[in-house]
Amino acid sequence: MASNEEILAGLAEIVNEETGLAPESVEMDKSFTDDLDIDSISMMTIVVNAEEKFGVRIPDEEVKNLKTVGDAVTFISGAQS
Amino acid sequence: MPRKVVITGLGATTPIGGDVPTMWANSLKGVSGARTIEADWVQQYELPVTFAAQIAVPASEVLSRVEAKRMDPSTQFAVVASREAWRDSGIEDVDKDRLAVAFATGIGGVWTLLDAWDTLREKGPRRVLPMTVPMLMPNGPAAAVSLDLGARAGAHTPVSACASGTEALHQGLELIRSGKADVVVCGGAEAAIHPMPIAAFASMHALSRRNDEPELASRPYDTNRDGFVMGEGAGAIVLEAEEHALARGARIYAELAGTSVTADAYHITAPDPEGLGATRALKAALFDARAQAEDVVHVNAHATSTPVGDKPEYTALRAALGSHLDQVAVSATKSQTGHLLGASGAVEAVMTVLALHERKTPVTINLDDQDPEIPLDVVTSPRDLPSGDIVALSNSFGFGGHNAVIVLRSV
Repeated sequence: MASNEEILAGLAEIVNEETGLAPESVEMDKSFTDDLDIDSISMMTIVVNAEEKFGVRIPDEEVKNLKTVGDAVTFISGAQS
Repeated sequence: MPRKVVITGLGATTPIGGDVPTMWANSLKGVSGARTIEADWVQQYELPVTFAAQIAVPASEVLSRVEAKRMDPSTQFAVVASREAWRDSGIEDVDKDRLAVAFATGIGGVWTLLDAWDTLREKGPRRVLPMTVPMLMPNGPAAAVSLDLGARAGAHTPVSACASGTEALHQGLELIRSGKADVVVCGGAEAAIHPMPIAAFASMHALSRRNDEPELASRPYDTNRDGFVMGEGAGAIVLEAEEHALARGARIYAELAGTSVTADAYHITAPDPEGLGATRALKAALFDARAQAEDVVHVNAHATSTPVGDKPEYTALRAALGSHLDQVAVSATKSQTGHLLGASGAVEAVMTVLALHERKTPVTINLDDQDPEIPLDVVTSPRDLPSGDIVALSNSFGFGGHNAVIVLRSV
């Protein structure tokens, strides 16, 4: 079980690895597409890496609901508990 | 008269240099890019061949981490070489709708394909990354170069095994002559130093097994040659319509005066022992260039160092150039670079362009005892080429019976 801060830090690391964006730019209220300019292929890569890192399953139909970084943190946190 | 096509930019990343100036200096010195492969998989799979000519400067030192991550190594090499060629051309302003790409590969994204297969078997389909398809597709290098430069007049991928790189120049020439483009970035890229292709080439006895002396293994025309040495990398050339180059005051290295591509229709891998398909390609390329056999001063030969491959090329050169062949300085630069497969023709074209431009030929190493059945004038120490209008050829042949020849003329 990871705290929201830990999940955010882990996600920021994954996003940095995939896109080169600075980890500190990955904040809870940022939109993956509008703010971070992440395309659908990168998003799927981030999802798959997050599944492995946090030991959760993020169904494909759920991915479209993950608009912001905060949405992803909330989903992962819920899926872990 | 068709439009004249000239060469205004050169790029390369190879086993004997990560850029054109380094590669060229080494090709005159005569160095070998072959080394023992320092990877666990050589022992793990007990490969019968334990060496290759790997890239001198890893692409990861040139590209950003994120760029490299989304590209197969073959595409990384293509982007590194084409960026160098583009910078070298000095082109600042071009109509992107008139800019095309013809970037070849022999095998394509074999590392990506096989890594994804390993991932599927070990971790399941969910872990196969979404970038897998665009990374493994053989048009990946051409597409990446097109995207990088904004080239919108078409992005082509000629695939003809080890003739691919030369066929890319043939295609580039046609694109400009036919009026479909004014500038074409041509080239070839290959990254197949992976255990599976090594095992496959070894099983057909195409590779040298001189495991104890990698630097001496690639020895075209030598009586003790026993196969080629796998190489990797990319070569890139900016072709430009002459009027386009003159209008911007470009530095012109040479003219791409003519090309030809033929097929043997003889055997899927063995070269026609009479070299008939290669002879037709040589004659047709000279005709296309409106050149005579007597104009030719230099040939960068395909010469891979296999026991069966080197001689038919000699037979073809003799048939096409006649007694004049005795006056021609022949270089077999695979002795230094190894065989870059689908990139070899592009890298050798870069060397041949520089030979005309600098009036100096690269050398052939490891020729200790020349095969008496191949009486060519092989360059073993740098030789000056004459002044005046001169012509040089570069040949490439590929499994499948592909023959490709380019004719370059000094400017």
